[in-house]
Parts: sequence; structure tokens; C-alpha cells
Amino acid sequence: MKPTDTSDPEYFHRVVDCQWACPAHTDVPEYIRLIAQGEFTDAYMVNRESNVFPGILGRVCDRPCEPACRRGRVEDKPVAICRLKRVAADLKGEFRDRLPVIPDISNGKRVACIGAGPASLTVANDLAPLGYQVTIFEALSTPGGLMRTNIPAFRLPGDILDSEIDVILDMGVELKLGHRIDSMAALLGEDWDAVFVGSGAPRGKDLQLPGREEASANIHIGIDWLESVAFEHVKEIGEKVLIIGVGNTAMDCCRSSLRLGSSDVKVMARKPRDFFKASDWELEDAEEENVEIVVNHSPKEFVLEDGRLVGMNFDQMEYQVDDDGRITDQRVIGERFIPADDVVLAIGQDNAFPWIERGLGIEFDKWDVPLVDETTFQATRPGVFFGGDSAFGPKNIIWAVEHGHQAAVSIHKYCQGEDVFGRLPVTMNLSSRKMGIHEWSYKNDYNPLERRLMPHVGLTERFRKLNIEVELGFSIEQTETEVQRCLNCDIQTAFTDQLCIECDACIDICPTDCLTITGNGPEEDLRQRLKAPADNTDQSLFVSGPLKHTARVMVKDENLCVHCGLCAERCPTAAWDMQKSRFSFPYATDEDEACRRRNLRSA
Amino acid sequence: MSYRPKPRIAHPGLKKNALGLTRRDYEGGMSTLCAGCGHDSITAAIIQACFELAVEPHRVAKVSGIGCSSKTPAYFLSASHGFNSVHGRMPAVATGANAANRDLSYIGVSGDGDSLSIGLGQFCHAMRRNLDMLYLIENNGVYGLTKGQFSASADVGSKAKKGEVNEQPPIDPVLTALAMGGTFVARSFSGDKEQLVPLIKAGLRHKGFALIDVLSPCVTFNDHEDSTKSYAYTRQHYSPALETDFVRPAEEIMADYDAGAAMSIELHDGSRIVLRKAAPDYDPQNRGNAFAYIKDKLRDSEFLTGLLYVEETSRDMHALSNTAVRPLVDIGWDELCPGSSALPGILKRYR
Ligand SMILES: Cc1cc2nc3c(=O)[nH]c(=O)nc-3n(C[C@H](O)[C@H](O)[C@H](O)COP(=O)(O)OP(=O)(O)OC[C@H]3O[C@@H](n4cnc5c(N)ncnc54)[C@H](O)[C@@H]3O)c2cc1C
Ligand SMILES: Cc1ncc(C[n+]2csc(CCOP(=O)(O)OP(=O)(O)O)c2C)c(N)n1
Ligand code: SF4
Ligand code: SF4
Ligand code: SF4
Ligand SMILES: [Mg+2]
Repeated sequence: MKPTDTSDPEYFHRVVDCQWACPAHTDVPEYIRLIAQGEFTDAYMVNRESNVFPGILGRVCDRPCEPACRRGRVEDKPVAICRLKRVAADLKGEFRDRLPVIPDISNGKRVACIGAGPASLTVANDLAPLGYQVTIFEALSTPGGLMRTNIPAFRLPGDILDSEIDVILDMGVELKLGHRIDSMAALLGEDWDAVFVGSGAPRGKDLQLPGREEASANIHIGIDWLESVAFEHVKEIGEKVLIIGVGNTAMDCCRSSLRLGSSDVKVMARKPRDFFKASDWELEDAEEENVEIVVNHSPKEFVLEDGRLVGMNFDQMEYQVDDDGRITDQRVIGERFIPADDVVLAIGQDNAFPWIERGLGIEFDKWDVPLVDETTFQATRPGVFFGGDSAFGPKNIIWAVEHGHQAAVSIHKYCQGEDVFGRLPVTMNLSSRKMGIHEWSYKNDYNPLERRLMPHVGLTERFRKLNIEVELGFSIEQTETEVQRCLNCDIQTAFTDQLCIECDACIDICPTDCLTITGNGPEEDLRQRLKAPADNTDQSLFVSGPLKHTARVMVKDENLCVHCGLCAERCPTAAWDMQKSRFSFPYATDEDEACRRRNLRSA
Repeated sequence: MSYRPKPRIAHPGLKKNALGLTRRDYEGGMSTLCAGCGHDSITAAIIQACFELAVEPHRVAKVSGIGCSSKTPAYFLSASHGFNSVHGRMPAVATGANAANRDLSYIGVSGDGDSLSIGLGQFCHAMRRNLDMLYLIENNGVYGLTKGQFSASADVGSKAKKGEVNEQPPIDPVLTALAMGGTFVARSFSGDKEQLVPLIKAGLRHKGFALIDVLSPCVTFNDHEDSTKSYAYTRQHYSPALETDFVRPAEEIMADYDAGAAMSIELHDGSRIVLRKAAPDYDPQNRGNAFAYIKDKLRDSEFLTGLLYVEETSRDMHALSNTAVRPLVDIGWDELCPGSSALPGILKRYR
């Protein structure tokens, strides 16, 4: 293999598994260390810089960081990254004085955002400090998008939503509630410098089966029904409820049903458990509330008696699954009737743009999805941008935020007459954490404690009202333990090949056998020859240049490094050093600064 | 050194041996030696070898004298027996222990100071008796523990860190062992585990005294430019005469060996050592030939390494002394001591 180029920020960024997996690249280890030091406000601000809504995301983030977390490979359970984010948000002090100053004078540019979900709010958050006049049009009577209308208050309380949204609105952002945009053509006819579409994926999928029309009074589309529950238009549901589908929406539907008075809720899944779309923790939370999840039942028809829904018929399924866990064959082995008073359909969402006229230069593909560039988020019509669920279909909040950041960069460049593709690169800064021969300015001890569990409100208490938040948040003791489980993956092992005398000290001390000195070779071959099996090809191999005594190379399998620093402590020549990596992901404000610098230079 | 013990966390893919133990189960306490010390690598090689042989840790006794090297038994096989004796006196303790319990495996760790200066007499006698043990000399050319004075293995012309030159001829442990009748004589290097680990395995399985002289740079006092025991110098003058493979009993010899250049030697327990000669005129079963060859090479400043001499048919201390087959520790007190009533009969035999 060629010697690894560690000056390319991507190499060390990948090592910070959580940050690499986070769509918005939240600097997780940094905020966890700040929490450990009791600097909750600092920890909140590290979060806010990248994910804008730490209080919201600390409760309901989809947390792609956790399955990626290194701790989950070294042991069973990852660090409770999301829970710690909530700790930062719960315990933060006054932070408004740390927000960017909003200029008194606008830069003269006006941006229209459609929909007040997380995507549009992020665009506003990034552009208002640069002097943009941002107006958000929202069809409903409150801002927040699906975070307000679909994520139930027992998971995400309204006041948390309000406070984080208000911070953005207080930047001088104009919010027009109850203002649905019916015509894109009309909007484009107005005097806007750029338009951002953050209208989400608002159409819940229907299930056309016999009886659907006749029983429609008791069949509900999940996302619409949740919205009606949130706005208290729906206050009750039947005794027996079937939820069709087993994604995250289904989990919110079944738990909401329990709170509206139903006593027998079944979630009906077509396939076995391994194929569920819902996150493990959402399934656990629902099952804790005694929701029954029924597998291998494929909906067949709605059954009516005297014109009223009485239940559904299902095909009972059997599946053949191969070694890779893929379904190779399926067959029907029977039929089963399950009684129900109400059925909620939670089988997916689509984006829909009936209000965008064709012929405006905004092109759609054959599924009526707009063509959006994945880097710039620009539509085929310059000056029109998409982000969040409206861009590539339903995702989650943290993706909506990242889309918002990137769209804001593009909008800024577009409004300043610059090329939207000419974006600043990601940069990296490395600095040694060495304090003495065996002292480091980070806590490098491996703490073997297990993941802390989130305490919940009692099982009877929580059903008293619809909006009792179930999760109580970590206690101080839980926080103290959980922060120590983080392995500080951003404290990188940096190697200088000219210094190595091949004494093997680092190799012998490494607790997880990451290091090997051996003859160089192609990657596949090298992976076979390392001290411990290196079969996780998602994780990089570091390969040094030829070492000076024997021309062999130092190879490090990044997979299970616990960043304990023992290699650097044992190295007699400081060929290994522990260095903190810090990455800068350019936002609109960085582009703005770079633009000013360019202008100054050319002036 | 590092000031924290190695965390217990391990690679989940770590292999298990026949006893269900992983390599980590053969580790010991935290090393207090200097970072980069060759002795720590030898410790790692012992751990690896014992793991691969699936040695039962409680059937091993570790013995040592005094020195940085002699501290290392604390850093491996923490579930074994151990005796850290007086400077240069490890062979006496090992002899006594072996006399009492011949069934344990003995691993002696010594230094060039411990074995070639104060302990030279004991070292020679242990070989003369063919005491059944593995005896490692972690050879760094200096007294590491007492801050780097020249030891008896320092080469003529080698310079100390502060500049003084050694004028006295060295005692070479390998030549000494050949002269004293050693039955398993090897040399290796702490920086070459591929060679060292099979040698340790073979040495542990050899019936009789197995000496491995391991060149082991002292990073703090003897790794400078004018040292002849530094990492750099050792690598430049290092000359593997034989490559040694250790093959366990009932295991097939997998590698394809060139018939002329390879030889297989069966050990008493059915395991085999396969030697591949780098130098065709070298004969590791001819004591005189080996002695002359090694000496020639030393004159040219070349360290010949590998299993340099082996004699598997010789008798060990117990066989030579015609002792009981059952270890003394297993013999009950009544049997061991026939009592005062039997004494007159015994005395009568000497009248
Ligand atoms: C039941 C459910 C539970 C979920 N749970 C989670 C979770 O726990 N964690 C998570 O990360 N994600 C979750 N999601 C997904 C997440 O809520 C969305 O991905 C995210 O809110 C998308 O943000 P957005 O800004 O793109 O749009 P949205 O949040 O959908 O906001 C769009 C807004 O635009 C408005 N709008 C639409 N059209 C117009 C128009 N023409 N004129 C004016 N206004 C308009 C809508 O009223 C809405 O307020 C969940 C989704 C559902 C359905
Ligand atoms: C009877 C006695 N004499 C002298 C000493 C001092 N002493 C301690 S260690 C040592 C030399 C150790 O050298 P070596 O065996 O080469 O070990 P190293 O530290 O180099 O590994 C000496 C002379 C002692 N401890 N006991
Ligand atoms: S251990 Fe810490 S830094 Fe590493 S991936 Fe997990 S949370 Fe991130
Ligand atoms: S920091 Fe060094 S010693 Fe620790 S796990 Fe990583 S490579 Fe191994
Ligand atoms: S401890 Fe340092 S000098 Fe020794 S092998 Fe490792 S990197 Fe090289
Ligand atoms: Mg010594």
C-alpha cells in the first residue's frame, strides 16, 4: 500500500466514527469532554454550531452516530451520545450572548423559505447573521414542521421546541404563519433573491384494499392522524387499534393510541423482526408500554359488519432467508382475522408538490421528485434550492439540518454572484496532547463500565396526560459514568516514520492489537498478516513509509483503537504522538469571510 | 515505561488456544522498564510462545536473579509460580526447585551481568548438570539496573554512553554454553519475534538445559551510535544461520522444505524442530564445528543467530542422578522420611 496521507482531513475524520456518521458532523468527543468538565454551555454551543437544535436532537435524533460508535465494536453498547447531548441542553446556562451578532443593516438580499421545519429554520439560522432578510412561509399555525405535528409531545415537549426555534426567529427572521404557498410561479414573480423549499414530504401513503372506502371513518393515515392528535382535533380512538407498518411513525402511532384510551394496540408487520424499519430504541420503548408487535402478517382486506369496521384479514406469511439475511422466497401459509375498532396506516410518506407549476425550469423526474444537486441543493432553476425531506424524500431532522447548512452556503454564493460549486474545503488542525513523558491533556484511561440506561416515568403515570415526557434525562451520576465511556477518538495516533527504531514496544503494549510492523503489500494481503484479524474493511489501515532500519512498514488497523495513548507512552523516540484533530466544516459565514478576504485582496 | 496498566479490554477476535485461553491470559503485571527496552519485547515473545504451546500457567515456575532483565518474570504469566532470587543465584534456586518438583516447566530469566559476572559459576554448573529448564539471557552489554556500567558481554571497542571504551574481551554466553556441554544453545534478538517465539517454544520443550542468548538493546544506556548492542548495530550485524520452526506433536509439517538445506529433529515429547540452514556448511549437531563457525563469525563482528546447537539424546539432571521418577512434592511424608526406626538400617549400610 502507498503510505497513508494523514494530512488529508478525511483520513482522521473517518477515525472519529460518530462525527463521520453524523450528517452534520457534530464534534461529539469534544462536547462529551466539555460535559465531563462541567462546561455544559460550551458543550451546548459545540453542538449548536453543527446541529442547531441540541435540545430537540438530544431527545429525538435518529442518532446514526450511535451504531457507528467505536465503543460498540470494542464492547457491546455504544456511548449514549444522544443522551449526553440532552444533558448539555438541560444543564446549559445563558448562551445567547455567544450567538452571532445580527447586523443592524441588512445586506439587501431577500430569501423566501417555504415551510417552517428544521431545514428552513437552519437556512434562516445561517443566513440571518450575514444580513439576509429571511422570510419563512408556513401553512400551519405554529412553526416546527413534523417536529411539532408528528413527533408526539411525550417524546419532544413543546416548550423545548419553542425555545430552540425562538432563538432563530429572534435573529430577525420573519415568520408568516397560516400562509400556505399555493403557487411557485406567483412566488417567483415576487422580488426574492433566492427561494428555499423546505416543505417536507407531506403525503402519507394509503393502502388500497377491499373495504378501504366503506370503512374510511375508522381508517387513518398515520402522519395526518398524528397531526390531528398534536393539534387536539382528535382526542380519542377505539378500544382495539391496529397499526399497519413497523417504522418509526408506527411507533409514534401506537404509543399515541395508548394515550388516547385504547387498551389493545397491535403493530402489524409483514416481515420478521430483522426487517423492521423502526430504530431499536423506539421498538423497545413501545414494547415497554405493552404494545404487541405481530410479525409475518400481510394485510389483505378491511372487514365490515353493518357498515362499520370490525377488523382486518391478514395473510400469514412464511419467508426463506439466506445466510446474508436476505429474503429469497415467501409463501402464504394461512389467513387470520384480527378484530379492530380503528386502523392507522403507517407505511411511508412521499413528497408532493402540487403547488409547483411545471414549466418554471424546475425539473422533476418520472416519480415527480424534483431534480436536486446533491452538493449544492440547487434545483435545475438557478436561485431555487431544496432541502430536508422535500429534497430526496423522508429522512430525519439531522439530515434536514445538514441540507439547510449546505443550501445556505449555496444561497449565499448565489446571491453574491459566485459559483455555487466553488465551495471551501474541509480543513483539519492537529495539536499534540502531550504534557509530560506520560501525561496527556485528556483522560486516556479505559473505563470498562457499561452504558447507562435512561430512566423513564412510571408506566401508569405516563398515560395520565398526552404530553408527559417519558424520558427523564440522565442524572449527574449517570452522566459522570457515561462521559467516561467515550474513547476520545479525535485524539489521533500520529506517527513519524523517521523516528521509529522498531523496538516493538508499541506493538506489545497495544491492548487491542492494532499495530504491526511487517513487510508492505497490497491491502488485502496486509489485512491477513496483521497481529489481529483486520476484517472490518469499513475501517482504514494506516501504513507508514519504509522504516529506516529494515524498510518494513508500521501498519495500524484503526478498527479497535481505544485511543489509550499507551503506544505513545511506551515509544522511546516519540514516533507515536497523541494529537487532537479538529475539523472545520465551512458554513455560510465561513464562505462570507473568505469572500471578504478575496475582495480585500483584489481591491 | 507507562504508568498505567494495560486495560483488560481486548480485541474481540483474539484467538483461543487448546485451553480456551487467549494471549492476554498469559500477561503479567505492568512493566516498569524504560519505554522501548528490548526486555519488554522478550516478555511479549514468552507470552506468545506460552500461549501458542497452550502451557498451563500454574504448571510453570519463573525464576530470576537481579537486574532489569531479572525483574521481567513479574510481567508475564501472572498465574505461575515465581522466585526472584539473589544476584547471580537463580540457577541454584532453579536446581533446588527442579529437584523437588521435576514436573513443572522452569523459565529462568537472567541478564548478561547476572549470568556472566557474579553468576558465571552457577550458570556453568547448571549447564553441566543439564538442568531441565529454559534459560534466557537478556543480553544488553551493560548493567542496566545499576545505570549502565559495562558488563562482561560488552564487546572490545564498544563505547559507553559517556564515551569510555571497553578494552576487556567479552564472555560470549553461546561459546561458554558449547564449552560447558550445553545441549540446546541458541541466539536471537528481541526485535525478531518471528525467530524468537519458535526458539522459546522449542527451548521449553527441550529435555535439558536450553539456553537462549537474546540480544536485547538497553534504550537508555546502550542504544547510542558507538554501542555494539544497539538496535541499529544489531540489525546491521545480525546473521540468521538457521531458521527454526517448531512443530507440535501430531501436527503435520506443512511447509515445503528443500531437502538438502532442512533438517527435522524430534524432541522427547514428539514435537519437532525443523531447521532451515542459511549457511550450508553449518552443522548444528556437531559441537566442534558449531563452536568454530560461531567464533569465526564473531571475529567478523557478525552475530550468528538461530538454534546453533542441539543435542536431544542427552540425559538431564534427574536421569544423571538417578532420582525418583515421581516428583518429590508428590511423595507423601511417610514415604519420604522412613522415620527413626529405619535409620539404624541405613547407617549400617555405611559401616
Ligand atoms: C411520525 C414521525 C416521527 C418522526 N420522528 C422522528 C424522530 O424521532 N427523529 C427524527 O430525526 N426525525 C423524525 N421524523 C422525521 C422528521 O420529522 C423529518 O425528517 C423532518 O422534520 C423534516 O424536516 P423538513 O424541514 O424537511 O420538513 P418538515 O418538518 O416536514 O416541515 C415542513 C413544513 O412545511 C410546511 N409546508 C408544506 N408545504 C407548504 C406550503 N406549500 N406552504 C407553506 N408551508 C408548507 C408544513 O406544514 C411543515 O410545517 C419523524 C417523522 C414522522 C412522520
Ligand atoms: C550481590 C549483588 N551485587 C551487586 C548488585 C548490584 N546489581 C544490581 S543489578 C546488577 C547488574 C545487572 O545487570 P544485568 O544482569 O545485565 O541486568 P540488566 O539490568 O542489564 O538487564 C548489579 C551489579 C546486587 N544487587 N547484588
Ligand atoms: S467512543 Fe466517543 S468519540 Fe469514539 S465514536 Fe463513540 S462517541 Fe465518538
Ligand atoms: S492508542 Fe495506541 S496503544 Fe492505544 S489502542 Fe490505539 S494504537 Fe493501541
Ligand atoms: S515504540 Fe516507537 S520506536 Fe518502538 S516500534 Fe513503536 S513506534 Fe517504533
Ligand atoms: Mg544487562
